[in-house]
Amino acid sequence: MSAPTRTPSGAPAHLTGAGGGRVGDDAQRPDGVLKVRGEFAYGSDLWMEDMLWGVTLRSPHPYARIRSVDLGAALAVPGVHAVLTSDDVPGEKVYGLELADQPVLAVDVVRYQGEPVALVAADHPETARLAASRIQVDYEVWEPVTDARVALGHPTPDRPDTSPPRDQVHDAPAEVTELSRESAHLHPQGNLVRHLKVRKGDPEPAADVVVVGEYEVGMQDQAFLGPESGLAVPAEDGGVELYVATQWLHVDQRQICSALGLPPERVRLTLAGVGGAFGGREDLSMHVHACLLALHTGRPVKMSYNREESFFGHVHRHPATMRYEHGATRDGDLVYVRAAIYFDGGAYASSTPAVVGNGGTMGVGPYVVPNVHVDCYGAYTNNPPCGAMRGFGSVQTAFAYESQMDALAAELGMDPVELRCRNAMEEGSPTPTGQVIDSPAPVAELLRRLQAMPLPPEAATGDDVDLRDMPGGVSNTTHGEGVRRGVGYAVAYKNVAFSEGYDDHSTARVRLEVVGGEAVATVHTAAAEVGQGLVTVEQQIARTELGVEQVTVHPKDTSVGSAGSTSASRQTYVTGGAVKAACEAVRARVLERARTVVGRPVADLRLDGGEVVSDAEGIAVPLADVLGDEAVEETLEWRHRPTEAVDPETGQGFAHVQYAFSAHRAVVDVDTELGLVKVVEMACTQDVGKAINPQAVVGQIQGGTAQGLGLAVMEEILIRDGRVQNPSFTDYLIPTVLDMPPMRIEVLECADPHAPYGLRGVGEAPNISSGPAVLAAIRAATGLPLTRVPVRPEHLTGT
Amino acid sequence: MRLTCTVNGTEQQVDDVWEGESLLYVLRERMGLPGSKNACEQGECGSCTVYLDGLPVCACLVAAGQAEGRAIGTVEGLTDGDTGQLHPVQQAFLDAGAVQCGFCTPGLLVATDDLVGRSLAEGRKPADAEIREALAGNLCRCTGYEKILDAVRLAADRMSEAGR
Repeated sequence: MSAPTRTPSGAPAHLTGAGGGRVGDDAQRPDGVLKVRGEFAYGSDLWMEDMLWGVTLRSPHPYARIRSVDLGAALAVPGVHAVLTSDDVPGEKVYGLELADQPVLAVDVVRYQGEPVALVAADHPETARLAASRIQVDYEVWEPVTDARVALGHPTPDRPDTSPPRDQVHDAPAEVTELSRESAHLHPQGNLVRHLKVRKGDPEPAADVVVVGEYEVGMQDQAFLGPESGLAVPAEDGGVELYVATQWLHVDQRQICSALGLPPERVRLTLAGVGGAFGGREDLSMHVHACLLALHTGRPVKMSYNREESFFGHVHRHPATMRYEHGATRDGDLVYVRAAIYFDGGAYASSTPAVVGNGGTMGVGPYVVPNVHVDCYGAYTNNPPCGAMRGFGSVQTAFAYESQMDALAAELGMDPVELRCRNAMEEGSPTPTGQVIDSPAPVAELLRRLQAMPLPPEAATGDDVDLRDMPGGVSNTTHGEGVRRGVGYAVAYKNVAFSEGYDDHSTARVRLEVVGGEAVATVHTAAAEVGQGLVTVEQQIARTELGVEQVTVHPKDTSVGSAGSTSASRQTYVTGGAVKAACEAVRARVLERARTVVGRPVADLRLDGGEVVSDAEGIAVPLADVLGDEAVEETLEWRHRPTEAVDPETGQGFAHVQYAFSAHRAVVDVDTELGLVKVVEMACTQDVGKAINPQAVVGQIQGGTAQGLGLAVMEEILIRDGRVQNPSFTDYLIPTVLDMPPMRIEVLECADPHAPYGLRGVGEAPNISSGPAVLAAIRAATGLPLTRVPVRPEHLTGT
Repeated sequence: MRLTCTVNGTEQQVDDVWEGESLLYVLRERMGLPGSKNACEQGECGSCTVYLDGLPVCACLVAAGQAEGRAIGTVEGLTDGDTGQLHPVQQAFLDAGAVQCGFCTPGLLVATDDLVGRSLAEGRKPADAEIREALAGNLCRCTGYEKILDAVRLAADRMSEAGR
């Protein structure tokens, strides 16, 4: 079976461009030319002559029993080739990243609005949609559970005397037990996905000054632009080839094999072009569905969600409710933090356990706190499933702990930056989980540098006003009257790579050979390029380590070992580390061979400029002469130093391998009469250890800043009774170029001695600190407490 | 139905177009021109921006039949067809680091080409506030827009220089 092709764009290609560049250079991405020519093949661009289109029928109800499904009318639609339900799933009916609890297609019960119920393949996407709409599903609609605390039987402000946790299993009908559906567990094992406890120091600490706050963070969407999409092609061996936009090919493969009942060698995945991810592609979407339809029809099947379906087709960022209590001395030294953090995981677990791990272990922020008592919960509800999104469990808590630091500063009459610097972590500091920070942690320096940056000019007044600079813009809502300026700071830290004892590794295959008289390296990993620029980094590392200019990036697929997930800011560290190690192994073999050709010991040889160089002798021999016709290839699995599981009762343990630190200063203008916010400037300082590609590092900081700003002032999936109210870009707002202010960025490079090149993961930290800085600035402008994000106009006007 | 139009200077004719299809669908699925992207298909994101008789439009909002007899320009038409040379706007996006995942890029390239072309025709380069206004209909989720602004300025500088 041939690979999917179309004219003029091809299947995932070997990437050879662009202009060179080693570690530390602003190298250009090798897929850049294809992307600006419109020829880069994203998952939704794949096409084969005889392919069918697959669509999903989803549940309109957040919680219901399926009494019956009638496929007859759908099958009768001309052009329809298959209509499938859970009965057609040959292997395991449920899957999941950490817990297998999510049905491939609904089995008897649907637990969230948008849960896949049936699939259709047809020769035109509209035919498939028409047929799907004719599937008759008879639902017995149940009352959904929509609050994480209620799901756990914990008290809420509205229900202070809620009874203790329930013990009823999900499929015992409410009428039998005389309990409402709301009182029943959603899954047999109960509604608690994970409870992480952190206990450190004195359990009953006393402090001079205490501040208490309750905070709420709404549900954010990754809103990547490229839809969930891919093409499944049935193979002659009874298996399937899947070309798909994803973040981790091998974890997809494991789950697909389980659902299809096929061994890994018969389920082969290749990464299609990915139009952004941000965590939203860690879970399966159309993967198994397209494979099922392809295997059933014997035809290639393409699936590509439209925007509305995309809002139902991937997990979101967990909404959170958090109660914090901070105690400090009169001088401003933190004495203790107590926190209760609730993450609403929605209907299925996804990565909720790990999100709870991050939220709990890093929930007090980058500060030294001698006494800590944190309870972090993840719960099942009938809201949309929540899982990974950039910042992963740290974004939510940062809003709370940074708001608390500002509240404490106000209570103490201290400058908020001063209070933060006084309590800031540094190298050698203990974390709440008993780790000692063993690499640079320049928290105070990041803040001081921000503070030293010039502020933007004061807002114009009177006749000088340019409406485009005003809150409300050209809507002409103000000429400056009622507008107040505020400045706010926030700082964040985030673990890099997978934590809590996970065997976090990556695999790289590197080959060096002579092509057309020139030494060329090929780097083959399964690491997903999702836009962040890992393909560029892979080339830069190979150029640096092998001293060649031409480096080809092999298409990402499962014919090489796992690279782990493109998430947790980990790929440059872990896959970068694997590529570096594989290059070093190749280099050792080449130099060993060169030893006899050049006649110098290996220790005296290095690779540079396509030559084997001996500085001592002043000799340079072309690599092509050393290699001849023979390729040198090495495949290596590489690991960062191990972490360990935390103690279940105290949360103590070496949980995280590395931390990333960033700080933001936000300047905002607020129209206090209409509640409109204009972010005037964002400034950011971040320690990246070593900027492998400085231009791409800055791009990550800018993009992360935008997503944090979005959550602070506009982005929220609105849920009412378990139903999504705004599944479109008309109603779910992400920042446009008009919403984003100019940014001032300073990148620090304080090397981490444990990491390749001293680098630190970059992508997530700026997404964590930017939103709380914006919130602090709005608070400074208005004097309002503001304990919920996104901040809406009515929160600012009291209407 | 049969649809006949000019795409990137070449006459195209496709048959069996269903009346409900958009121009975007026809370009992507029937003409083999997937450069224009399908991020929202409801006119909110700008990733499918194409020229329709010289004016930038969202191809997802144009019914295929509305394109009958008209001239379409897509991102694929920006590159010089004879030499393969990138358009200055394309090169500027690469040089400025304005391309990450790249899904918004084709629409932004067309919108930028339109903006810079109009400005230079008036003998000036677009000011920042104008750039922001002109690109406000093109969503990007990766870059935070800073490098896109850099790219537009760079393209305007280079094209202005070349036009002298």
